[in-house]
Amino acid sequence: MLDILKSPIVTFQEFILLAGRATTNIVRRPFYGSDVILQMDTIGVGSLPITILIGFFSGAVMALQMSRALSQYGATGQVGQITAITLVREMGPVLTALLVAGRNASGIASELGSMKVTEQIDAMRALGTDPIKKLVTPRLIATCFTLPLLTIVADFIGIIGGYLIAVPLMALTTSSQYWNNAWRSLEYNDIAQGLLKPLVFAFIISLVGCLYGIRTTGGTQGVGRATTQAVVVASVWIFVCTFLITRVFVNI
Amino acid sequence: MSRAATERKCILRLENISLAFEDDSKVLDNVNLEMWAGETKIILGAAGAGKTVMFKIALGLLKPTSGRIYLFGQDVTDFGENQWFEVRSHVGVLFQEGGLFDSLTIEENVAYPLVNRSNQTAEQAHPAVKEALEFVELGHTLGKFPSELSGGMRRRVGIARAGISDPALLLYDSPTAGLDPITANNIMALIIQEREMRNATSAIISHRFQDGHIMANFRYNPESKRLERIPDDSPLRKSTRFVVMRDGRIVFEGSEAELDASSDPYISKFSMQRSAH
Ligand SMILES: Nc1ncnc2c1ncn2[C@@H]1O[C@H](COP(=O)(O)OP(=O)(O)OP(=O)(O)O)[C@@H](O)[C@H]1O
Ligand SMILES: [Mg+2]
Repeated sequence: MLDILKSPIVTFQEFILLAGRATTNIVRRPFYGSDVILQMDTIGVGSLPITILIGFFSGAVMALQMSRALSQYGATGQVGQITAITLVREMGPVLTALLVAGRNASGIASELGSMKVTEQIDAMRALGTDPIKKLVTPRLIATCFTLPLLTIVADFIGIIGGYLIAVPLMALTTSSQYWNNAWRSLEYNDIAQGLLKPLVFAFIISLVGCLYGIRTTGGTQGVGRATTQAVVVASVWIFVCTFLITRVFVNI
Repeated sequence: MSRAATERKCILRLENISLAFEDDSKVLDNVNLEMWAGETKIILGAAGAGKTVMFKIALGLLKPTSGRIYLFGQDVTDFGENQWFEVRSHVGVLFQEGGLFDSLTIEENVAYPLVNRSNQTAEQAHPAVKEALEFVELGHTLGKFPSELSGGMRRRVGIARAGISDPALLLYDSPTAGLDPITANNIMALIIQEREMRNATSAIISHRFQDGHIMANFRYNPESKRLERIPDDSPLRKSTRFVVMRDGRIVFEGSEAELDASSDPYISKFSMQRSAH
């Protein structure tokens, strides 16, 4: 029994240690600015097209699904509100994070994993560079910066997607009512959790990717294993954390 | 006095080093090793014997479960990573898997120790880098990436990078593994040149007894630019020592003659290769 628990506990401990070291490195010299920019480009700009696509369709599908339920109560005018709230609070952050986890937690894990098995990380340490500072911190900063932005884009495009379904396609409501409704339904509370979530997810995605990458053993096969594990673990933690954060915000 | 004098000359000392990974089986078991200034150590042993792990412990890349490490006369066992950075700057390493940075060009790779540690700019480092790469006959590859080179070429780049900062101790992990005999002998010739030019203490991990045989019996003649046999009566002969590892333990240490004379079947396997050669 204890043995079964030992490995996840050790992993969690390593995660906390890595998080601590990566975060304190943000304010310590030397700074690897160009690495941060490069990572922002791969994580942020690289994920933008698919974020737009996913955002659009999730908004559209929300409006479609809601159209029937709302018409039962004769409340089709509320479609803007429902789309906006679900997107900003939950769907936008979670879907974007899952997407970035699939793209970048795996990318980070495989990149660092192959660096580990070809002893590049050892070489870095042997040549006087702290791999956490050089590899982990830039990825953490870049993800924390870009994921909230991506989420905002996804939210916004999603509301547009919902609009296209609700107004031109199904005529559930008028254009001005949709936008008014959507805009006014959002409270500070929604915006706050809509932005806190991507920040937390960014920590999870970048650090889980880095942790599994750095821990890789066992050659090329190990890299494949690390990649898969990173995506699975990051995705699970995204769901656990969105639940916990929502739980806190519901009470406020 | 004599103690202080001998301490200064001891470059590396591993004292009762043991290491176990999580699954409790010992990867290193009470290893003792000393390397003295000017000495060449040939470390032989079957796959999984713990040779690479021992190197990494000597460099502080892995922490031993127990035992003490002394480098350049200092007890470095409990050093933090930043203190290790300073110590490691006097050690040149060639990693078994290469350890060249994929994302950097060959020039940037070789310049890395200079740029990173002594705050030189890439331009300042350029002449030294070019010279080091020309030494390994790769002067034309400066702008290429490691993935564009063959395995033997990458090994040579690694040798150039290991020596560029003029380290007092050079560690080569399996420099000839997976190479054809001709390339392997060229690499050994480079390592011998490097040893003589820098007058560094070196350790070479190898599966091939021939590598040790070359290191022990040949030296580089700068005039003829060729390797030549070390005369039998030269004191240089004594400076090459052989170490054989087995399952995390050092089972033999001594000269080439002693290795040849060993009757232990495992140990003599590493010298019998020579008779087959
Ligand atoms: N990170 C690690 N985690 C667990 N076990 C490890 C780790 N690194 C090495 N080992 C184990 O330590 C033992 C010694 O490995 P080492 O790499 O030192 O062998 P080696 O003598 O260098 O072999 P080779 O000649 O094949 O390179 C092996 O059994 C290996 O499985
Ligand atoms: Mg090895």
